[in-house]
Amino acid sequence: MVTYKFHQFQVVGRALPSEKDEHPKIYRMKLWATNEVRAKSKFWYFLRKLKKVKKSNGQMLAINEIFEKNPTTIKNYGIWLRYQSRTGYHNMYKEYRDTTLNGGIEQMYTEMGSRHRVRNHCIQIIKTATIPAKLCKRESTKQFHNSKIKFPLVSKKVRPPSRKLKTTYKASKPNLFV
Amino acid sequence: MPFKRYVEIGRVALVNYGKDYGKLVVIVDVIDQNRALVDSPDMVRSQINFKRLTLTDITIDIKRTPKKKELIKAMEAADVKNKWENSSWGRKLIVKKRREALTDFDRFKLMLAKIKKASLVREELAKLKKEVKA
Repeated sequence: MVTYKFHQFQVVGRALPSEKDEHPKIYRMKLWATNEVRAKSKFWYFLRKLKKVKKSNGQMLAINEIFEKNPTTIKNYGIWLRYQSRTGYHNMYKEYRDTTLNGGIEQMYTEMGSRHRVRNHCIQIIKTATIPAKLCKRESTKQFHNSKIKFPLVSKKVRPPSRKLKTTYKASKPNLFV
Repeated sequence: MPFKRYVEIGRVALVNYGKDYGKLVVIVDVIDQNRALVDSPDMVRSQINFKRLTLTDITIDIKRTPKKKELIKAMEAADVKNKWENSSWGRKLIVKKRREALTDFDRFKLMLAKIKKASLVREELAKLKKEVKA
């Protein structure tokens, strides 16, 4: 299917056991990263900010990729994020309609890049949730909550069926009417 | 100038780009302005961009995101396969596929058939011309 840039991982880790603490608390995080190595690094980054533990005095217990349970149903995703702009840090809440959470996150990253010029590494995802249709806040997602949705496709661009058949010049102007 | 073919739940569309090129699919739900959830009896339900679809005149009567069995039943009820194969668009695509699959021997047989047909037509034309002259 579609290849997503960002994958969702479940990372579990804890501090190393010592004489002071035989069984340190185990912490689990769900986070998005492009690969497992980056996911582990992000885990320690966030955990350092929350607890007094670093990669050098901690151990990784498990890292698993999380896949979408129902990729054939459309869901409304609400994403809470914290991003760094040129002048400071801000919080944001964004809504996306997609079949998978990874797809929604990917939409978020690309939208933040285009609308606010925020690079991927300046975004921290605080929370994600699947929002039922009644609780959606944004008009741009609510306009698709219609079981009898109907709209025309306004302009039809005829494309060659494969990139190999693409030509730079055409003999005549194509007709764009549906 | 008003539009005749709408993106709606139950609209049958032809995929014109990508892995499922040439398949007839049914729009089962709309994700957002650019994408639809699309389904067909022989494929897993998936999302596809509207740019990869060309809408047809055929619609079927389904509710939003029906089960696969209901979808197949609705497609039988609306007789999508026959309607498509009898439409001029559908027939042209079938002819195109047949022509692509011709072997050299088939093309030779085709050439002989065309020559024969042309000679019959010319015979009749000569007869009619003679009648007009007389």
